[in-house]
Amino acid sequence: MSQDLMNKVEAAYKKPEVDQFEIGDTVEVHTKILEGNKERIQVYSGTVIARSGSGTREMFTVRRIVGGEGVEKKFPLHSPKVDKVVSTRKSVVRRAKLYYLRDRVGKATRLTERRV
Amino acid sequence: MTKGILGRKVGMTQVFDESGNIIPVTVIEAGPCHVLQLKSQERDGYEAVQLGFDDKPRRLANRSERGQVAPLSSKRAKKLAAAGVEASAKPDCEPKRFVRELRGSTEGFEIGQEVSVGVLSDVKAVDIVGTSKGRGYAGVMKRHNFAGQRATHGVKKVHRHTGGTGCSAYPSRTFKGLNMSGQYGNAKVTQRNVKVVKVDEENNLILVYGAAPGPNGGFVVVKATNMV
Repeated sequence: MSQDLMNKVEAAYKKPEVDQFEIGDTVEVHTKILEGNKERIQVYSGTVIARSGSGTREMFTVRRIVGGEGVEKKFPLHSPKVDKVVSTRKSVVRRAKLYYLRDRVGKATRLTERRV
Repeated sequence: MTKGILGRKVGMTQVFDESGNIIPVTVIEAGPCHVLQLKSQERDGYEAVQLGFDDKPRRLANRSERGQVAPLSSKRAKKLAAAGVEASAKPDCEPKRFVRELRGSTEGFEIGQEVSVGVLSDVKAVDIVGTSKGRGYAGVMKRHNFAGQRATHGVKKVHRHTGGTGCSAYPSRTFKGLNMSGQYGNAKVTQRNVKVVKVDEENNLILVYGAAPGPNGGFVVVKATNMV
């Protein structure tokens, strides 16, 4: 009953269609950022290592290596600031959270590509 | 009457504003309420509108609750009717679970009228009155944010206790009003000047910024704030 009400509230703020991607995918996240008065699109690419939450609170985590240092960014899936998410490569993964990648460096961080 | 309505806390979530920022909100199912009684200056000494929220099945309501919303036949009612005393007006609705009064002029209200969340549609900020979550008999660390005592260095099983309370030779007594352990929560709490994010008249919902007192499913009074 109260969950119904919550769904009604969240329905208005959710994107009607979210871009399809899975855990382990290499994605390009296009985010809108405001510079002065101009809006421009910034692209951040990396591996999706986790999805968490539900409804409007759903988030996904994208990990990449920048200058030898691991960087993770967490995006709200339904945020209007996230323009689109493009999946460029799929991988064979056996779990929902790829936190084990944090302990790996170099070649060990590679995931086997899954051809669709 | 103060602009306000009775409701039930549904829970918290987050929504996005026009620029895409995340706003934490509490969803409150507000109304529809029925006007059960009007309090008047002559009769009661003050003016207020009594609202009722959430139907209570008649089999659960006691006789006074049923008599509040609809006329009941009784010896006394018959006697009064025979003596020519006019019976008080009844709203003719189901008995209500949650009944509260909102002070202020009763002008424009009549008994039995339905009040919806639309009354708050042009209100910027509200006060929310609810009953906080009960924490039982709580110690001083939880109840008053005391620091407790050390984990080691010879402290003997008093790690979460308060320290001394009475000092030494002077004053040799405990001052009145010292913070100690005791019942915490399950008390009336008013959260003032809470911003209204959205009023959804279609679904009888109001979204307010941040948290609201009480557990999910708890009854709350939402009224326009009197803070400037």
